Amino acid sequence: MLLPSALRARLAGAPGAAEPLPVERSPAARAAPFGFVPRPVRFPREHEFFEDGDVQRHLYLQDVITQVAEAPEKSRVPEFTCQVAGCCQVFAALEDYQHHYHMMHGNACSLCSRAFPSEHLLDAHILEWHDSLFQVLAERQDMYQCLVEGCREKFKNTQDRKDHMVRLHLYPADFRFDKPKTSRGPSMPGAIADLSTRTLADDGDAMEVCPSPMTLSSAPVSEKRTYSHRVPSTICFGQGALRGFKSTKKKNKHH
Amino acid sequence: MPIFSSFCMWSQRQSLLRRVACGVEELRCRRREREAALRKARRERQLVSKRLLREAPEEAAEEGAAAVLGEAEIQHFLRLAQRGTEEKKREEALVTLRQGLQHLETQQTFIRLEGSMQTLVGLLTCNRALLQLEAARCLHELSHSEQSMVAEACLPATSYLLTYLSGHSSNFIELCLYTLGNLIVESEAVRKQLLPQGIVPALASCIQSPHMAVLEAVGYALSQLLQAKEAPEEIIPCILNSTLPQHMLQLMQPGPKLNPGIAVEFAWCLHYIICRSTMPCLSPMELYLLWRCCCWTWLRLSREQRMQDWSCLSLQLACPVIRCLSNLLTEVAVEDVEGQMQLGDERVVAALFILLEFFLQKQPSLLPEGLWLLNNLTANSPTLCTSLLSLDLIEPLLQLSSLSNMVLTVLCNVAEKGPAYCRRLWPGPLLPCLLNTVTLSDTEVVGQSLELLQLLFLYQPEAAQDFLQQSGLQALERHREEVQLQDRVRALQQTALHG
Repeated sequence: MLLPSALRARLAGAPGAAEPLPVERSPAARAAPFGFVPRPVRFPREHEFFEDGDVQRHLYLQDVITQVAEAPEKSRVPEFTCQVAGCCQVFAALEDYQHHYHMMHGNACSLCSRAFPSEHLLDAHILEWHDSLFQVLAERQDMYQCLVEGCREKFKNTQDRKDHMVRLHLYPADFRFDKPKTSRGPSMPGAIADLSTRTLADDGDAMEVCPSPMTLSSAPVSEKRTYSHRVPSTICFGQGALRGFKSTKKKNKHH
Repeated sequence: MPIFSSFCMWSQRQSLLRRVACGVEELRCRRREREAALRKARRERQLVSKRLLREAPEEAAEEGAAAVLGEAEIQHFLRLAQRGTEEKKREEALVTLRQGLQHLETQQTFIRLEGSMQTLVGLLTCNRALLQLEAARCLHELSHSEQSMVAEACLPATSYLLTYLSGHSSNFIELCLYTLGNLIVESEAVRKQLLPQGIVPALASCIQSPHMAVLEAVGYALSQLLQAKEAPEEIIPCILNSTLPQHMLQLMQPGPKLNPGIAVEFAWCLHYIICRSTMPCLSPMELYLLWRCCCWTWLRLSREQRMQDWSCLSLQLACPVIRCLSNLLTEVAVEDVEGQMQLGDERVVAALFILLEFFLQKQPSLLPEGLWLLNNLTANSPTLCTSLLSLDLIEPLLQLSSLSNMVLTVLCNVAEKGPAYCRRLWPGPLLPCLLNTVTLSDTEVVGQSLELLQLLFLYQPEAAQDFLQQSGLQALERHREEVQLQDRVRALQQTALHG
């Protein structure tokens, strides 16, 4: 196809166009048997006109999806340990460490070192578990926010909230990031174990450094977890997690 | 927080894609077969199906040579993953499980096993990040199954997949998005769960990620959602009410950072929104922004299609942008068009021709769509019709006349605007072209030629003389008996002979 040489130059030029030529239509133009009328054309979605474009799109997607399904090659490095205090996990690939860091230390509560998958859930946790003002307000008004991102509903208590999430949002009744808060008691430094010595049974629990029992009454004494706002001085995981952070996230706000 | 972007999956994939998409010789034959299968599926209205989204499992399995796993083996690996003592062994158990899950038999055995999905979900949400990742990969395999029963067995995991979209681990989020993309396509029943679970707000949160791979995956998942058959009533209004449209437009804004892979996905999303909404859904301002966005992308495409990063993706991006622009032109009334949308920018037409040349070389099947855009641009625009003339684009246009009837329609768009336009069309290369098209047997092509001739004879009487001298009348004679053409043929012959 032979294009005028000035065309590319025009593309690089200013927006706009030459003054349009005067339009002067004669009524004879559309007189029978002729009937051309200029009009923009619209094709319905399933029209065969779009077949080629759709097929090319799909071929492209096939290539993309096939590659996503393959596990990526990892960039191997000499073994190193996670630098967050209290975490002794060892890694030999940077992608693995990246994922670990984000999931385990990314949205971690500095007070009880539970890790959360998102800022949203961490914020809710800090409010509901560690904020005494929240407790006071909750006695008078609906404070428990729905945990589904984008939903602004608030509830009187965790049970009402759970009912809402199950009924309206079709969430599972045992949603693992909606654990009820345990009762308070004397602080047990040993209970907040450091990651490397945690028992394997703990790993079955969702995301949390220290798993909380599903119901309060049946918790065996050795697993009973109590939290006070004062972190025992022998444990410094909280500050360790903070030390790993340059950004000022909300988890700092209780210090 | 250290940034690991150089190690993300995406950059590796982009370089692989570049090799694949740019036509590796050995793959051409296979590609033709895939293309034939896709055409068939489209004709049967089955193109939006994940069955076709991946190479056949047998081929994938060839490389890994993973074996089918039986019930006992699956149980063994699950138990090992859940309760093993060594971290490494636990991960390996899940890797082996995932490889086995590439086979349909393993998938079916897995879902029949009691508690298996529950265990997998437990691993997906456990406090070992790498186990989570491997569990997510197993889930991804399952979500991809051709059998509905298998994919639907993944439903207990969706609330977690959605929750994880608000996190920060880009590789993981990407995987969750592609898994959700598979599930979205599965069935209306699945979408009826995903919508109340908040997939739209989750995507709206994800689209703010700084990671390229995540953005591309969001675009993909969203494009699948928008193709659902219930999209116009159930999904599009929800999306239009969210912050997604403004983020999409932002991602396609003018600027050096426009990433073609991401632009491709969102261009398709915008196209699905525009062509599928049941009522005028965008405000004039939004229409304008969209128009501007598409025009800018279009101009950028024409400049960069030869550049390395863009060349393989240009064709992928051109198609949805053409469709967006063309459909937008049918949405808006004539009076609004020239004013509000600043339609009178002839660079859009210049860009179109540069891209038509590119299509001619690389993908001729896109030419009809490009010419369709040209028709919609010129139909009601004296400015752009004048541009075609002033930029000397009539002759290049005529070179494409054998490829589409739209060429003649566009010429009619120009000619019907009156004598000032026809004077520029005749004399010139138009005569030999019309003398040729008028002799063809395709009634539509001939019909359009006759309309064009009539306009030219009316506004530029010399044209009739030239036509006569070049034996045009004889050329018309052959269609005298053709029902659809005879009235017009006779009328033209009259005009030519008697003025």
